[in-house]
Amino acid sequence: MRPFAYQRAGEAGSAVAEMARPGAAFLAGGTNIVDLMKLGVTAPDLLVDVTGLPLRDIEELPDGGIRVGALTANSDLAADPMVRTRFPAVALALLSGASAQLRNRATLGGNLLQRTRCRYFTDVTKACNKRRPGSGCDARDGEHRDLAILGASPQCVATNPSDLAVALVLVDARVELLTPDGPAQMSVHEFFRLPGERPERDTNLPPGALITAVVLPASPIARLSTYRKVRDRSSFAFAAGSVAAALDVRDGIVRDVRLAYGAVAHRPWRAYAAERMLRGATATVDSFERAADEELAAARPLRDNAYKVPLIRNLTVGVLRGMTEASW
Amino acid sequence: MESQFTSDVMLSVNGHPQQLRTDNRATLLDVLREQLQLPGTKKGCDHGQCGACTVLLDGRRVNSCLILAVTCQDAEVTTVEGLSSRTATHTAAPPDERPALHPMQEAFVAYDAMQCGFCTPGQICSAVGMLEEALGEASAEQGVTLDEHEIRERMSGNLCRCGAYTNIVAAIQSSIGVAAR
Amino acid sequence: MTTAVRRTAPPAIGVASPRVEAWDKVTGRAPYAVDHPVPGAAYAWVVQSTVARGVVTGVDTSRALAEDGVLAILWHGNAPRLEPIGDPELLLLQSPRISFRGQVVAVVVATSPEAARAGADLVRVSEGGTIADTVLRIDHPALYQPVQVNAGYPARSAIGDVDAGLAASAVRVDATYRTPAEHHCAMEPHATTAFWERGCLVVFDATQASTSVHDVLAGLFELPPSAVRVVNEHVGGGFGGKAATAANTVLAAMAARFVGRPVKLSLTRQQVFALGGYRTPTIQRIRLGASAQGELLAIGHDAVSQTSQLAEFVEQSAVLSRHMYAAPNRLTTHRVVALDVPTPGWMRAPGECPGSFALESAIDELAFAGNWDPVRFRIDNEPPEHPEERIPFSSRHLVECLEAGAERFGWASRDPRPAVRRDGEWLIGTGVAASTFPAITWPSTALARATADHRFDVEVNAADIGTGARTVLRQIAADALAVPLEHVAITVGDSAIGPATVAGGSMGTASWGWAVTKACRLLRERIDRDHGGTVPDGGVAVRADTTPDVRDRPDFARDAYGAQFCQVRVSTVTGEVRVDRLLGVFAAGRIVNPTTARSQLIGGMTMGLSGALLERSVVDPRTGDFVTGDLAAYHVAVNADVPRIEVVFLDEEDPHLNPMGVKGIGELGIVGTAAAVANAVHHATGIRVRDLPIGLEHLVPRAH
Repeated sequence: MRPFAYQRAGEAGSAVAEMARPGAAFLAGGTNIVDLMKLGVTAPDLLVDVTGLPLRDIEELPDGGIRVGALTANSDLAADPMVRTRFPAVALALLSGASAQLRNRATLGGNLLQRTRCRYFTDVTKACNKRRPGSGCDARDGEHRDLAILGASPQCVATNPSDLAVALVLVDARVELLTPDGPAQMSVHEFFRLPGERPERDTNLPPGALITAVVLPASPIARLSTYRKVRDRSSFAFAAGSVAAALDVRDGIVRDVRLAYGAVAHRPWRAYAAERMLRGATATVDSFERAADEELAAARPLRDNAYKVPLIRNLTVGVLRGMTEASW
Repeated sequence: MESQFTSDVMLSVNGHPQQLRTDNRATLLDVLREQLQLPGTKKGCDHGQCGACTVLLDGRRVNSCLILAVTCQDAEVTTVEGLSSRTATHTAAPPDERPALHPMQEAFVAYDAMQCGFCTPGQICSAVGMLEEALGEASAEQGVTLDEHEIRERMSGNLCRCGAYTNIVAAIQSSIGVAAR
Repeated sequence: MTTAVRRTAPPAIGVASPRVEAWDKVTGRAPYAVDHPVPGAAYAWVVQSTVARGVVTGVDTSRALAEDGVLAILWHGNAPRLEPIGDPELLLLQSPRISFRGQVVAVVVATSPEAARAGADLVRVSEGGTIADTVLRIDHPALYQPVQVNAGYPARSAIGDVDAGLAASAVRVDATYRTPAEHHCAMEPHATTAFWERGCLVVFDATQASTSVHDVLAGLFELPPSAVRVVNEHVGGGFGGKAATAANTVLAAMAARFVGRPVKLSLTRQQVFALGGYRTPTIQRIRLGASAQGELLAIGHDAVSQTSQLAEFVEQSAVLSRHMYAAPNRLTTHRVVALDVPTPGWMRAPGECPGSFALESAIDELAFAGNWDPVRFRIDNEPPEHPEERIPFSSRHLVECLEAGAERFGWASRDPRPAVRRDGEWLIGTGVAASTFPAITWPSTALARATADHRFDVEVNAADIGTGARTVLRQIAADALAVPLEHVAITVGDSAIGPATVAGGSMGTASWGWAVTKACRLLRERIDRDHGGTVPDGGVAVRADTTPDVRDRPDFARDAYGAQFCQVRVSTVTGEVRVDRLLGVFAAGRIVNPTTARSQLIGGMTMGLSGALLERSVVDPRTGDFVTGDLAAYHVAVNADVPRIEVVFLDEEDPHLNPMGVKGIGELGIVGTAAAVANAVHHATGIRVRDLPIGLEHLVPRAH
């Protein structure tokens, strides 16, 4: 870790202004960037500590949505009664991530910006197009059991490690920003991206922008949402695969459905194809299976991660089935 | 060291104010261990993957290895060394004038909830933090019950390679029983 | 003043006595290797090779030396010379040759940990690498049969004719089992504090064996034995990974000499994966045959493992098959291949741990194929004596362990059919496996001293790595002296006490305890004989050495045994496995302290569970490194993985062991656990997993 300067940001505008300096990076909870600095993956010259900014409020919006300040700790967000009742998938996803210690420190904004845990990204002696564009991808033919089965590119097979992000794409969250040009917002769907030929870009966050809040828009179906995560051990591990789902079944027919997958792609994966097939279909295991197969038809597993295809398929069916039975 | 790479920080550690000049790169863990001579907090992985470095920061359990000391201005830190002296317990001090143990420390002794002892300071700080969290949730009327399953999940951020989990859970359960009396 | 020594006291052995150092551990006051206050200490950081085979062609230290706080950089061009003794892996920074990826090629010493790390990032090492051979294969052309395997066993044993026995069998199993490379992951990374004082070297070291570290350092640095002291008062776990002298110890001593001040060197967790030892991967073929009546007729166990280019280490995976069961036709073999990898080493129950996964899975397969109950089948094939060495067992109560465990577990009501018990989405199954580990004893020395106020100080250079060694040795001393426990103070963890054996091989209590017993009995005799039963003002001290006693023991097969019972759930949706219940029943001689013994056996079973379901060190064959080299990627069991584990001891009297009648328990608990889990998974699902760890990829249901 090379020496760096440190500044506490007094207000958001000046924090964004500081980011114009070369080698500047924001520091919030630090649970990912400090880790990466120790590994030499990132080496900022200036850390702009934003934790003093007043971005910790969880406020109810007039329409029943919720705006969450970007510095809200994961544990606080997961414990919020409004979040738990209106967006249970969000709370469940948060609580399935990391450990209690990390959740106490990690922030909402930082969670959205956390970097892949691909072993080749975090080892600076390996080729990684995300860490060093043009260097190659050692993961594709290497240890990739945890990596992507959907939407990967020849340049990158990394996965987004966030559980929360899967729930956020499920509920069509919006990300509020302060950019050098002023306040802005973007849909969480625009925020995350696939690697394509530019895997060095994790997200479409404009350069120098600060995430100030995330809005969970009011949504009746989100009250019926859930999140199920599968990992090698029972706790404190990144997902091998996860499913966030919301389901509205009436009279045996799927009125509405949302489905998103984690640990399968460079971005949290909204399963639009499956959703399209399910809307209006009978809420049966057969429908769920066909929908999952439709979504996973695009899967291109690597040598050692093909297990994720049946895993996600079964999770889809199992979660939707459980929600259907619960709605009886 | 050029001054732009160091900072002055005021914080409180185990109730004692500390004025430090710290390398911006230094973690809270390294400052506790190397500058403040509090080696009870352990470095098991230095990457937030094991929990051995768990301390209470403003009352919440955190991994001190991932926290830069420079960010701890005005913070209150409690380490395992501070637990024993921090809390007045119902138990009389041992005869040889050792400070009274925190009830969680007593429970770990009573249930042999340790072997090599390296993860133990982190386990104990984590367990104390966990009980605080559960109390907070209970007061927010979320109906938390710290049953065996819930304790296991909530303590999963603290690895123990000796495999003392069975006894750690028993110790925490007994400590809850004591607290409830 | 003289005081008559009290002659009688209630026995301390067998009593659940609290861990002596518990208070120190729960308050954070127990000092580990880099916890001792050492004024003026510098910090060392290692730089590792990035190729697995090759040479260092240049080391550019200029940028690193210019870094604020960097004091020195050691590399093979400037490092102090070491006397080439013993393990070639310890000849650190002596030559440009690279024999494995992650080998130390430089060490940076600086005034702070931050500067040391930054300096290490700036050292530019040029390496010439050639194609490396880093992956164990069953058909590797360089596999060979060594003369001996670990612990000195012959590599091959043959009795009767296995092929003929198999041919004559009505039921047969021929299966190949694979276990991955595994890492100890003791919570304390390998670490050393070293300083030189008037020509003497003092190290605080994270080691299981400060006597052997002492001897190695004296040899490498050409020092008289009295000029080296190794202190390991507390050690944050070992599991075999700290049994041999490690790179950090030698490097810290070199660096401290080089910079002329104390040096702390703690390997990072990532560095430990290359430098802290590991368990070899194994490939094991088991062939079993039984008569229609369930009598074993043939046992074949062929084990393959890897070693390094630097030293030969051969995991003794097939050795347990030489004594677990009776059979007239038997063959065990070991083959090994030298790869461009770090030398594998001891990890908790070397041999028995991977070997029992293979053998005890195969026994289950055979019992299932023959429609025999796997508990009954084991009991029916109990050997009356060691079936290969033809010597008596000093004691053996495997049958009793199986019976007691079956009773407690409720085995009698078990429906043997697989994949028929369901609880919602979960399939439920139960499994059993046997455990064993040799009861080893090595010579040690101990010192016992009586003071006039009838206190007793007992010193033995044991290492308490979490085993409870201090606690049980104090109990042993109290009984040998026939005084109350409170009158005895015990000191361990300091090479200055005198030679004693490693905290490894489950031999600690037997070996150190024997020396303690001998010293205490001699002390008692001397007080009685020379001082009329009272301790004179100047005190009395006795040193004992058990070398002749251990050497002169008659031939017996000395082993501890146990039986483990497991219940698992397997999700029909995801393939996730959860262990609901784990019971171990053990017969391991006399249990000195039920509290610490129970903790240790639960710990072994916990690690066994972890190995069954989680642990895998994956090598990237292109680079030869363990890609899974941290605690986020190398999964060890967390609290949520582990049910409330039950341990039961059977009383076992064995007069042929040592004066205390103890066998070891440090490794017994891990042996058989993985097979018990795998057998339960088979019972739950009908799927036989022969490759550890049992993962999602084995069990996630596939669409038809």
